[in-house]
Amino acid sequence: MAKGKVELEKLSYEGALNELKEILERLETQSLELEEILQHFERAKALLQHCQALLDKAELKVRELSGSDESPESNEVEHALD
Amino acid sequence: MQPSEWFIPYIHTVSEISQYIRALLEGDETLQDIWVQGEISNLSRPSSGHVYFTLKDENAALRCIIWKMNAFRLQALLEDGRAVEVHGSVGVYERGGQYQLYVDNLRPAGEGALFLEFMRLKSKLEAEGLFAEERKRPLPTFPLIIGIVTSPTAAALQDMLNTLRLRFPLAEVVLSPTAVQGEDAPTQIVSALQRINHLVKPDVILLARGGGSLEDLWAFNDERVVRAVVASEAPVVSGIGHETDFTLVDFAADLRAPTPTAAAVLATPDIRDVQAELNEIRNTLINRTDWLLYEKKNNLQQLSFQLEKLSPLSKVRQEIQRMDEINLRLEQFVRHQLQMRRMLVGQWQEHLNSLDPWQVLKRGYAVVSTVDGKIINTVSKARPGQYVDVRLQDGSFGAEIEEIKPFDFRNQSESKTPNS
Repeated sequence: MAKGKVELEKLSYEGALNELKEILERLETQSLELEEILQHFERAKALLQHCQALLDKAELKVRELSGSDESPESNEVEHALD
Repeated sequence: MQPSEWFIPYIHTVSEISQYIRALLEGDETLQDIWVQGEISNLSRPSSGHVYFTLKDENAALRCIIWKMNAFRLQALLEDGRAVEVHGSVGVYERGGQYQLYVDNLRPAGEGALFLEFMRLKSKLEAEGLFAEERKRPLPTFPLIIGIVTSPTAAALQDMLNTLRLRFPLAEVVLSPTAVQGEDAPTQIVSALQRINHLVKPDVILLARGGGSLEDLWAFNDERVVRAVVASEAPVVSGIGHETDFTLVDFAADLRAPTPTAAAVLATPDIRDVQAELNEIRNTLINRTDWLLYEKKNNLQQLSFQLEKLSPLSKVRQEIQRMDEINLRLEQFVRHQLQMRRMLVGQWQEHLNSLDPWQVLKRGYAVVSTVDGKIINTVSKARPGQYVDVRLQDGSFGAEIEEIKPFDFRNQSESKTPNS
């Protein structure tokens, strides 16, 4: 479960959503053991919370590539347009 | 007809000949749908609302008229000395004896050439398959990185950022700045597209520019820009100019939006829809899990019911019940037996009663016993003068034996007869 948590934090909204849909699909089409149902439910709950947190915290980030330099590291100006 | 017709030529009236010329001109297809290029001069706008001017070049002049109903729409370009291209039909003003162009459309000079170039390039790139629908890629549902290629100073950028902030703040926006008009614009746009593809790998790119004249938007008809859009690794949404503007980039883009704001809208989901979907998933999940658990519980109940039926305890219970039944039957049997016995005892009692020696006394017999209770059932036990008890059915009395007369057994029946 601890492993799952770490993965969860890294999960994008879409990734979490896709996993949620997979879990729903599994809950709806497969006959599962109680243990599995509970595991799926717990995971889905965590995913839902993660998604909700992402939505709640969401704030558009804007940065700008500098016009001249082509090196990948140094040419980003964080929040230049906020 | 007059006979003179045969001798001298027919003389036309001015009206007749004017009508004839008019019919000639107005019957000519080319003259009825024609673009003419020239410079506006002698512009006049009388109070009637119609507009008159002369279109001229170095060698010739053409009278033009714009009816009031078209004049307002076209007035922005009406200016003496301006080079324009006008569209209309040639007709005759009979009263003035003049042919003239009735203008219904008008545009800056050079646009026609641009348009031809546009059409030429369009069919060339089309033939290469650059605009093919099969080539167009679907946009990601949830773009995490949105690349924007546009001018950093333009209002279009702020429009897009505002839209994205409201619609889908989950995304990160990376601006790859470029000029969007002028001679440099095509190469800058190409390089901005390449840079953002290489450095950021965005999920989608918005290539945008606000509204402008055909010339202003011309960089987006540049072959190099079109090819850069096709080559882009990330799908490109174009939002160039206004609704009515179509550039070659629009044809090449994976999706064409009518404006920069619309591009931002088309490239992103609305966070309210996203939230609604999440809520729905939450409800479905809870309902589904509840149902599954309910099912499991139900199954368990059924199983426990079945199990109970099979359990030894239930066997024992059944045995107990059987024993109870047997017990009951046994009790009933015993009770019945007792009753029978009681009845028999009653019968025996009666029978016994009938055998009771004392009962005989009722029939007139008497029992003689000594004073101390020994029964005298034979004369041999009796002595004269002896006191005895004589017992009858309802009491006894004392008596004294006077005489003893033993029976002669041979005469017993004789002696008995008189007594009975």
